[in-house]
Amino acid sequence: MTLDPTTTLSTSRPAPMARRILAHGFYETRNVLRNGEQLLVSLILPLLVLVGLQRMHTVTDVVPDINVIVPGVLALAVMASAFTGQGIATGFERQYGVLAYLSTTPLGPTGLILGKAVAVLCVAVVQTLVLGIAGLALGWSPQPAGLALLGVIVVLGCCAFTALGLLIAGTVRAEATLAATNVLWVLMGAAGGSVLPLNHDGAGVLLLLLPSASLGEALRAASLDGSFAVVPVLVLIIWAVAAVLAARRWFSWR
Amino acid sequence: MVPASPACLTLTQVRYAVGSARSARGVTEILSGVDITARRGEVTAIIGPNGAGKTTTLACAQGLIRPSAGTVRLLGEDPFRAGAQLRARVGVMLQDGGLPQSVTPQALLSHVARLHQDPWPLTELVRRLDMTPFMRTNIRRLSGGQKQRVALAAALIGRPEVVFLDEPSAGLDPQSRQLVYELIEHLRDLGLGIILTTHLLEEAQRLADSVFILKDGRVVRHGSVAELTTGAEDSDPDQDQPSRRLLFISPRILSREELADAPLSLELDGGTFNKAGARWAVSGITSPEALGQLTSWWQQIGLMPSEISYEARTLEDVFWEVSVP
Repeated sequence: MTLDPTTTLSTSRPAPMARRILAHGFYETRNVLRNGEQLLVSLILPLLVLVGLQRMHTVTDVVPDINVIVPGVLALAVMASAFTGQGIATGFERQYGVLAYLSTTPLGPTGLILGKAVAVLCVAVVQTLVLGIAGLALGWSPQPAGLALLGVIVVLGCCAFTALGLLIAGTVRAEATLAATNVLWVLMGAAGGSVLPLNHDGAGVLLLLLPSASLGEALRAASLDGSFAVVPVLVLIIWAVAAVLAARRWFSWR
Repeated sequence: MVPASPACLTLTQVRYAVGSARSARGVTEILSGVDITARRGEVTAIIGPNGAGKTTTLACAQGLIRPSAGTVRLLGEDPFRAGAQLRARVGVMLQDGGLPQSVTPQALLSHVARLHQDPWPLTELVRRLDMTPFMRTNIRRLSGGQKQRVALAAALIGRPEVVFLDEPSAGLDPQSRQLVYELIEHLRDLGLGIILTTHLLEEAQRLADSVFILKDGRVVRHGSVAELTTGAEDSDPDQDQPSRRLLFISPRILSREELADAPLSLELDGGTFNKAGARWAVSGITSPEALGQLTSWWQQIGLMPSEISYEARTLEDVFWEVSVP
């Protein structure tokens, strides 16, 4: 046994901060990608939606073409990993005391949140690549000028929806988080303006204030004509800031 | 007298309350002024009945919650505001484990090790805690005792100077419990400060250098095991004989007059009745003179006990004394 007394009391030092955060980010990313349920929600279901809608478009014009569908499905995927996946994982981590334990390690509460953000971004990169390649294979032709913008909006969406997911996970029981994030994801995906564009007349305008609609609108603008949709991006930023402030106020670690 | 080792943890008049004066339920005080000092190279046990405030005390000491009043110093710093430098020097094993369910012990412990600059070698810790057979099994599939060992390893992997162990042997079989006890004793010998809570009083009696008994959110008794069992918290334990009880079985009923003449405190043991074969406990026998008084009384009333035994007062006795409302 090498529990050596000469080193015991002098070498209890943390790893450098960047290494701790990256280590936690990659640890969580591996866990997400190895978890069948998370993979289903984050990648397989969006892929099925993408292929399904593309097939439907060949039958009916009610469903828009692939250039509209791909950014919408990307928004759906971001919501799945950042909101539903991260919310559920964090809710159960909180219930099992994992958050409390990790906050006592050198990672600390701040490192834990930043590590989770790294994990969400890593998963978003995988999602964007997989869905992008699948979209290109199905005929998607995005504006090259809008691709960088697309990446920025995906990051912004990750921030907003991670904060919303953590807000729910940190304030209600894990089972309630599971139910709420799944139901909200389905509602936002089906009727919240993320996958398919909303009607910009009448009540549809109010729905554009939803974070799902603003993410979908901003991604579609970037992809379709390489433009920066100022209002949807501002709405998304407001949602992100409000969710972060609310999480700081009400999030409970235990 | 051996000089006391330096304190690694001090809680001074720590209070913790939940609720609000404006709410219908009002304010509930969980801790009502807790004073605790734990030292390096010692095991400090915090014991008490359910709801006494043990876990809340540890949570304040670990910086998981901020006390409503009072001060906490962990290795000289406020743990609630602590940075990574302090957290690296502290290991925590929570009562509910704090283990993620969908990863293996190998993945979890390797990850926690990466958060530290110079962790203990994982293979050595695994061997010491006999964890090899289940290192690649999902934590959700492990038994309660196996999870306890993973949680203990997670608390120790960073080579901490202070370790908090909340019920470290809960759910362990006797063999695993022995492993954990030996590891705790080894860590103490290495100079770590170990603060543990337990509901197993024989565990506290075996391991603890210092014991704090909590009741209703405050420390009602503290000292070494010897000090507590002699009732001499303020005196030098080396100078005192442990307080002992003499037990005898009377072959007949003792009359009220005979009991009135008894020279020492006498009571029925274990809730038995005054009858033939009843077991009587005599406390306060700390000298040959006291023992002589007892035998003289037996001679005076013509009593020859059918069985006599002599037992030390245990931590459990002290616990019951302070726990019973």
